[in-house]
Amino acid sequence: MKIGINRERRLAPMSDTNLLLMITIIVFFAMYLAAMVFIGRGFLRVQTFFNILNENAALIILSCGMSIVMITGGIDISVGKLTALICMSAAVNLDYHGGSVLTAILLSLAIGIAFGIVQGYLVAYLDIQPFIVSLAGMFFAKGMTTIVNSTQFNVQNEAFVALKNTRIYIPFLGSVNRRGVFVPAYVEIGVIVAIVTVIALFVILRWTKLGRSFYAVGGNPQSANMLGINVRRTRFLSHLLCSFLAGIGGFVYFLHVGSGAPSHATGAEMNAIASSIIGGTMLTGGVGNIAGTFFGVLSLATIKNIVSLLGLDDAWWTNITVAIMICIFLVVQSVVLLRKRK
Amino acid sequence: MSIDKTPSIGLQKASGLFRRQIFIPLAALIVLILFNLIADPSFFEISYGTNSAGNPVLSGYLITILDNASELAILAIGMTLVTAASGGQDISVGAAIAISGSVVLRVLCGDNPRPDEMQASILTAFLISCVVSMLFGAFNGTLVAYFNIQPMIATLILYTAGRSIAAWINNNRLPIISDPSFGYFGTFIPGIPIPTPIFIAIICMAIIALVLKFTTLGLYAQSVGINPNSAKLNGINPAFIKFITYVIMGLCVAVAGFIKVTRFSTINYSVVALDIEMDAILAVALGGNALSGGKFSMVSSILGAYVIQFLTTTLFKFNVSSSALPAYKAVVVIVLVVLSAPTVRETLKKAWNRLRAGSPARKEA
Repeated sequence: MKIGINRERRLAPMSDTNLLLMITIIVFFAMYLAAMVFIGRGFLRVQTFFNILNENAALIILSCGMSIVMITGGIDISVGKLTALICMSAAVNLDYHGGSVLTAILLSLAIGIAFGIVQGYLVAYLDIQPFIVSLAGMFFAKGMTTIVNSTQFNVQNEAFVALKNTRIYIPFLGSVNRRGVFVPAYVEIGVIVAIVTVIALFVILRWTKLGRSFYAVGGNPQSANMLGINVRRTRFLSHLLCSFLAGIGGFVYFLHVGSGAPSHATGAEMNAIASSIIGGTMLTGGVGNIAGTFFGVLSLATIKNIVSLLGLDDAWWTNITVAIMICIFLVVQSVVLLRKRK
Repeated sequence: MSIDKTPSIGLQKASGLFRRQIFIPLAALIVLILFNLIADPSFFEISYGTNSAGNPVLSGYLITILDNASELAILAIGMTLVTAASGGQDISVGAAIAISGSVVLRVLCGDNPRPDEMQASILTAFLISCVVSMLFGAFNGTLVAYFNIQPMIATLILYTAGRSIAAWINNNRLPIISDPSFGYFGTFIPGIPIPTPIFIAIICMAIIALVLKFTTLGLYAQSVGINPNSAKLNGINPAFIKFITYVIMGLCVAVAGFIKVTRFSTINYSVVALDIEMDAILAVALGGNALSGGKFSMVSSILGAYVIQFLTTTLFKFNVSSSALPAYKAVVVIVLVVLSAPTVRETLKKAWNRLRAGSPARKEA
């Protein structure tokens, strides 16, 4: 809808950001419709869609953070292991140190912010390459997770389990099961958090000074500097925001799985990067959209669901299909952008 | 505190070296050696004995470091070229090693995962895996060079799919080769007390040294990395240079994968060479090379690879559990990169100059 308005307002060619966003949205809906028509079964139920949201709420939040860093021209590969560290710390806090849900949340956010401050400082003020900084952050989080606790365990804390099992029913949506009983569709709390995050970040990136300076710094740091934008501070804030979102995402992930384990969220950083890319964010900076990232996560999850529903649920098929999909997206994007330049 | 002093020690000995790129990995290596020397000099002992197969072998931490760093050093060669030319990193090398190792085993074993004798000669298997790896390298290279996709993203595809492809090549079975001659390449050749991977790594380094000396590859890679457009105006084809570095990366991966499978004569798709891409990129960064491309120093990168292995072995020696190891590694990496950051070096240099200016005055007084 947004694209339509843009087109009417100024008939100039669409910006890279909007063009890539439109491709993503179209592909997502085409894919979902194709799945509904050709596979039917699960995809016809509303709950399948909401399950995709439930499963990927944390990834949505992580990907949003990743997009912001990527728009600013950086990268953060520590978010996956950071999620695992947060899960483990929150779990240990709840079960072994008598913490409450509130302390667990505060702990998660504090870990995220601490990572953000250190990484942001190293990247922005000491000019160290973001890849290396977040690589070290990833190593650190990976090691710390096992230092905090080396085995997997499920959290027994009652208040937490109650929160984990809270389901929010969606009015008027649902499906009729075999016995003819109406089953309303539901989402978990994490989904609400994720959607609020997406909307908040969308607004920030689009209409605030900070959001616009992210794009400016990512597009061209020199000209951003000449415009009077504090480049270092903007970079610092982008990393801080990303790690802070990883803190939120980490807790949402924890809320979904309800356990702490060193193997949690393995590869989440790569999924987040892939989602951002599919959503039209470019690693070179200056191009990207949070709405696209949201649809990127959904597209990635949908393709995984389609593969498993087709009965190809050997783990290797999922990976290969996802890889093929990323490949197709990348090639399409690059071809479209190359043609436009000419 | 001791960390702060290290650059000053380096300065005292050779102030010219301070500006050289190799200073960073060299300083890191010296710090590690000094640390081990102080903590436990037995770290440097090398003993001569025989292994279970009755072969004479050299053993000791130094030999372990040189042995285990072989794959990383070989990968660092390819990664340096890729980084220099395309300004990005290949994150698929771990997965690609799984593929190349899987191909070697598939060729040698045929359809039977436990063959009594090998179905093909080891050389054939190695050459086939080289071709396959170079094809995958060419795939990455095509995406990067001709479709203008950022390297990290382009290689993300193979990173995601690689281990699955490796499992698929062998129908998800885990072949084991019982022929002892296969293991010679990853362990010891009878009668030679030095681990074979060290020789393989040295051969690779010699080849790349010759290539850089007698061809224009290094120069072209640098000029493409610094500015593709001006390289083009000078008659270089930037896309082809980028492409060729990825193919070379594929060759390095094939050699490293071959060493990996011959070490154990088998393969585990999900853990073989796990996270080795991160170490390889780290080696390049520790070597002081800009990850955004351009000028590079191959020697520094290779030295960086050995520094990483030295660090890992040192940590293992002090009974750091393998799962907690990354945390310590991260701290060391951060210290190293912070010390080598331009702004920090500038500040340290100023402090050093002030110190040097101040000290004679104090002496006179």
